[in-house]
Amino acid sequence: MPETTIPVAIVGSGNIGTDLALKLMRSKDLDLRWMVGVDPASTGLMRARELGIETSSDGVDWLLSQAELPQIVFEATSAYAHHANAPRYREAGIQAIDLTPAALGPPVVPVVNIDDHLDTPNVSLISCGGQATIPIVAAISRVTPVSYGEIVASVSSDSAGPGTRANIDEFTQTTARGVEEVGGAVRGRAIIVINPADPPITMRNTVMAAIEPDADHAAISASIYDQVERVAQYVPGYRMVAEPQFDDPRPDWGGRGRVTVLLSVEGAGDFLPRHAGNLDIMTAAACAVAERFAAARLQGEK
Amino acid sequence: MTPDVRITDTTLRDGSHAMSHQFTERQVRDTVRALDDAGVPVIEVAHGDGIGGSTFNYGFSATDELTLIAAAADEARQARIAVLLVPGVGTVEDMKRAEAAGAQIVRVATHCTEADVSIEHFGAAREMGLETVGFLMLSHMASPEVLAKQARIMVDAGCQCPYVVDSAGALILDDAIERVEALVAEVGGSAEVGYHGHNNLAMGVANSVLAYRAGARQIDGSTRALGAGAGNSPTEVLAAVFDRLGIQTGIDLLQILAAAEEVVAPFITRIPTMDRSSIILGYAGAYSSFLIHAERAAERYGVSAHEILLEVGRRGYVGGQEDMIIDVALSLVDQS
Repeated sequence: MPETTIPVAIVGSGNIGTDLALKLMRSKDLDLRWMVGVDPASTGLMRARELGIETSSDGVDWLLSQAELPQIVFEATSAYAHHANAPRYREAGIQAIDLTPAALGPPVVPVVNIDDHLDTPNVSLISCGGQATIPIVAAISRVTPVSYGEIVASVSSDSAGPGTRANIDEFTQTTARGVEEVGGAVRGRAIIVINPADPPITMRNTVMAAIEPDADHAAISASIYDQVERVAQYVPGYRMVAEPQFDDPRPDWGGRGRVTVLLSVEGAGDFLPRHAGNLDIMTAAACAVAERFAAARLQGEK
Repeated sequence: MTPDVRITDTTLRDGSHAMSHQFTERQVRDTVRALDDAGVPVIEVAHGDGIGGSTFNYGFSATDELTLIAAAADEARQARIAVLLVPGVGTVEDMKRAEAAGAQIVRVATHCTEADVSIEHFGAAREMGLETVGFLMLSHMASPEVLAKQARIMVDAGCQCPYVVDSAGALILDDAIERVEALVAEVGGSAEVGYHGHNNLAMGVANSVLAYRAGARQIDGSTRALGAGAGNSPTEVLAAVFDRLGIQTGIDLLQILAAAEEVVAPFITRIPTMDRSSIILGYAGAYSSFLIHAERAAERYGVSAHEILLEVGRRGYVGGQEDMIIDVALSLVDQS
């Protein structure tokens, strides 16, 4: 009998893992069978059990000792843990989707380059700011050369976890690389701002790209609108707050013009609060990547 | 004789905002030489938003800041060169490059409630042998108790002097005293405490004196007040006032007055002033470097800069969110 679903596992039982579990439960092609953590008292594992998912607090050791193994695993732990786990997934032939900033595998964004990586053993989801902005940089660079792309991500204080805070350079560097490698900018920059306002701010992102002085503004806008719609298919709260803003070329911009795109990302509110679009876009992207992988496996595309 | 208070001059860093980041190497060399001759012990040089700040969002530097830092280090004989680093904008890599260019002090700046993002930078700075200062920006947005706890996080991470930073120029007299006192009470045994003022509500120098009396031992100034918003506490006024109060700064008054008058004043393209928008920065509690960005957005979108800044204050935007000024301007256009 041909396979009808792909068995998957989540490693990491925190808020991200829990939110991802709720999204995966709705998937037609993905069968979330296991969630593992390292804390027997984890409320995340308890919730997963309530959803009918097999759980263990013995982590990856337990997962890899099961008679049947997942085909795809989601790493929702930390960069540090992923460095240790990644070789083990690879050895077991499990494809890994990495939600941590470890950046071991190539950077992927569902609407941009996922089809290049259907067989890649380990893919990195870059960062929340990267998932929110790189699609737009790519949408611009497919119309006109982007010599420089800059993104600013603002997130609420309560949604910036200890991992992000302890290693904020990792965010800016990994995201900047993604703006170049996946977004197609010759040079990329990324900035992150943490805002403590109460009530908490909804995640905001701004993309500013240097464009050729004679670039076709209408074509760039059309490409951006199309891309926003495509991202919104898996992140329903993803939207542009105003039409793309074009600035005339300036000498201090090397004679180039600029397009600015203002984005807002509201979460689906599955488990994480709605304002934490930065967390939601990661679990939504992870889900979209896995669904694409699963579809390829089920259709024997690989 | 050891001075009673250490003045850090930030003409070449906070002043970068007022100069729209267009400092030339010549201006930096001339300014550092004059400040150094006057006995200013610390001179900060960097993009206004810190090393790595040269971007679309904050404005591009006309001259690479590493060139400016190296020029400053080359000119300084007794003064130590400091740089600003805002985590989320600049990185440890930027700090290493600044150190290689001659910086000896790094001032790591975070929003006043988010000090934990500076831990990796303080650790790296101390490992590199840099002197460290911590900037708790927009200090008016946190209570003295909260601010003191954040200062503690910085000190535990390796910060040798957390600062109460009045980025909005919103602290009025007692507000400054209470915050400095709270920091001194919390970290006094293990670190000094500093104060960085802005003049949006004309409180810069008065707050600095009160901060000294409350126990601050590092105070920031900027010649001719050159800085974001209505500018900083003028270094030359701090020197005169502290001298009259019998508080030693180690700065020669006539020489710092000459530096301000003859070296800095002639190259200033925009004199910081307490105009409508700057006063609103202090009143609404908005980040001072938003000023020029708000003016540009006002011109482009046909709305008024002070209304943008009032709305920025209402929305609670923090340092670094310059991009949101476009958003605010567009929303004001929609309303009109």
